[in-house]
Amino acid sequence: MSKDSNKKKTEKETKEQVYRKKLIKKRKPNRSIIGDILLYLILLLIAFIMAFPLIYAVSSALKPLDELFKFPPTIFPKRPTIDNFSDLFVTMGKSWVTFSRYLFNTVFITFVGTFGHLIIASMAAFVLAKYEFPGNQAFFKLVTVAMMFTGYVTAIPNYIILNKLGWIDTYWAIIIPAFASPLGLFLMKQFMEGLPTSLIEAAKIDGANEWKVFSGIVMPNVKPAWMTLIIFSVQALWNNRASTFIYSEEKKTLVFALQQIQSGGIARTGQGAAVLVVVMIVPIIIFVFSQSQILETMASSGLKD
Amino acid sequence: MKEYLQKYFTLRKHNAKVAYKKAKNRKMCYLFLAPYAILFTMFYVFPVLASIYFSFTYYNVLEAPRFIGLQNYISLILQDDIFLIGVKNTLLIAVITGPLGYIMSFLFAWLINELPRWVRSIAVMVFYAPSIAGNCFVIFSVFFRGDAYGYVNAFLINLGIIDKPILWLVNPQYMLPICMLVILWMSLGSGFLSFVAGLQGVDKSQFEAGYMDGIKNRWQELWFITLPNMKPMLMFGAVMAITQAFNVADVTMQLCGFPSTDYAARTIVAHLIDYGSMRFEMGYACAIATILFLMMILCNKAIQSFLRRVGT
Repeated sequence: MSKDSNKKKTEKETKEQVYRKKLIKKRKPNRSIIGDILLYLILLLIAFIMAFPLIYAVSSALKPLDELFKFPPTIFPKRPTIDNFSDLFVTMGKSWVTFSRYLFNTVFITFVGTFGHLIIASMAAFVLAKYEFPGNQAFFKLVTVAMMFTGYVTAIPNYIILNKLGWIDTYWAIIIPAFASPLGLFLMKQFMEGLPTSLIEAAKIDGANEWKVFSGIVMPNVKPAWMTLIIFSVQALWNNRASTFIYSEEKKTLVFALQQIQSGGIARTGQGAAVLVVVMIVPIIIFVFSQSQILETMASSGLKD
Repeated sequence: MKEYLQKYFTLRKHNAKVAYKKAKNRKMCYLFLAPYAILFTMFYVFPVLASIYFSFTYYNVLEAPRFIGLQNYISLILQDDIFLIGVKNTLLIAVITGPLGYIMSFLFAWLINELPRWVRSIAVMVFYAPSIAGNCFVIFSVFFRGDAYGYVNAFLINLGIIDKPILWLVNPQYMLPICMLVILWMSLGSGFLSFVAGLQGVDKSQFEAGYMDGIKNRWQELWFITLPNMKPMLMFGAVMAITQAFNVADVTMQLCGFPSTDYAARTIVAHLIDYGSMRFEMGYACAIATILFLMMILCNKAIQSFLRRVGT
C-alpha cells in the first residue's frame, strides 16, 4: 500500500514540474510513434492467434453434444450449456475413489513438493551464486548438463532407488525427487547472480550470519524469481500423472483420473472437452493470481553494481 | 620425465591443499548446498549414470543387464533406418523451432515490457497460457482433421483453394510443418517467463544514461543495454529452449499417431519410447538417450559461446 502512495507522490511531483519536462518524462526516449503502433499491431495479431485454440477449447466444452458433431463446424456454441461439466462430476462420482480424494492427492503433492523445492533449491542457488568455494563451478555445470538427459530412461534407475528407499506407492516418490529439480536451482541461481555483492557484504559487516543474509536479504530481493519458480513447479507437479511410481488408485492424482475419463471414446467427447478445460484452467488460474507478484516486485531498485 | 611428474604432483598437492583450506573456510556453503546436492545426486546424477551404463548392455528390465559393449550403438547407427529418420526429424524441428521460439520469447517479453501494467498482465497470460495448458494442443487435431469436418479443410474448400480435403496429419508431406506450428505455439514457456521477470529487473537509470550517450533507437538500446543486462536469463532461456526443442515427442505422437505414416513424424524421443516402453529393450533405449544427450550438450556448448558475445 505504501507503494501506491509513493506512486501518487511521484505523480504529483511530475505534475508540478515544467511542462516540457513532463513531455519527455511521459514518452520514453528512443521510441518512434509509428514504430510503436506497428509493433503493437503485430503483437495484437499474434496474441489473437495464440489465444484462439484456447478459446476454442473452452467454447467446445460449453457445446451440447449435437453441436459438437455439427457440420459445418461452429466456433461458438449456439446454446451454451454446462452439461459437460456436470456430466463429468456424475462420472467422477461413480468411481469408488471419490473426487475429493483425487483432488487432495494432487493438492498435497503440489503444495509440499513446491514448498520444499523452493527452500532447498534457493539455499543451494544462494551459495552457488554468491560464494566461491571449490566445486562450485563443477556442481553448477553438472546441474545444467543433467537437465538435458531425457526423463524416459532415467525412470528405471529412479524406480530402483525409490524402491530401495521403500517410497514406491507413497506420495514421497513424487515429492522428494521434485525437491531436487534442476530447473528451479538454475533459475534461482541466474537471478541471484544479479544481486550486488556489496549488499551481502554490508549485511555481514552488520553482524548477520549466512542464514540471516539468505533469509533476510537475498530471498526478499529475488521475489520475482521465486514466484516464477513456484509457477514452474506447480505446473509440473499438477500435470504429473504419477502413474509409474504410484499404483494404488486412492493415491493417484486428479489429472490421471481425468485423463482416464477422456480416453473413454466418442461417447465421452463432451466430457473429454470438459476435462481438457479443467486440466488447463487450474495452472492458468494459479498463474493469474501469482503473476502480479512476478511482474511487480522487483525490490532491488537501484541496487546494482 | 620423472622430474616433470614429480613437479606435477607437488603442484597438484599444493592445489589440493589450497582447495581444502578454502573449503574449510567455507563450511557454511557446503551446509547450504548439502540438501540439494544429496537429493540431486540421488535422483538425477545417479540415474543418468546408470542409464549411460545400461546403454552398453542388453537389458530387458526382467533379466539382469548383460554387458555387450558398443553393440547397441553400432546397430543403432548402421542398421536402424528409422532411427536415422528420427534424427533427421529431430534436428529439423530443433533447428527451426528452437531459435525461432527463443527469439519469439525474448521479443515478446521485451515488447510487452513497456506496456501499462494491466495490459501487460493480460498479454503475459495470453502468451504464456498455451505452454501451461497441459495437453491442450490436441485441439489442433480438430483443426487439422483429415475429413471435411476439419476447420482448415472446411475453410480452404469454402475459399475454393482445394476441392477435396487434405489428410493433414496422415500425409507425410504436411506432418512436420504442422507439428512445428504447434510446437511454436507452445514455445513461449519457461524462457519467456524468466525474460519477463528479468526485464523488470533491468536498472532504469541505465536507459537514461544510454540516451545521454547517444543511443538513437530502440534496437540500439536493445543490443547495448537490455541484452547485456539480461545475460543470466538469456542463458537460462537457451538451455530451456534446447531441452524443449530436442525432446519433442508428445506433440508428434499425439497429433500424427504413434507410429505415424512412414515414420514421417518420428523423433528421437518417440523412437526411444517405442523401444523403452513398448519393446522393453531398455539397453537400446538408453543408447538412444545417450546419443540425444551428447547432441544436446554439443548444442549447448555452441550456444553458450555465442551468447558470451552478445552486446559487444
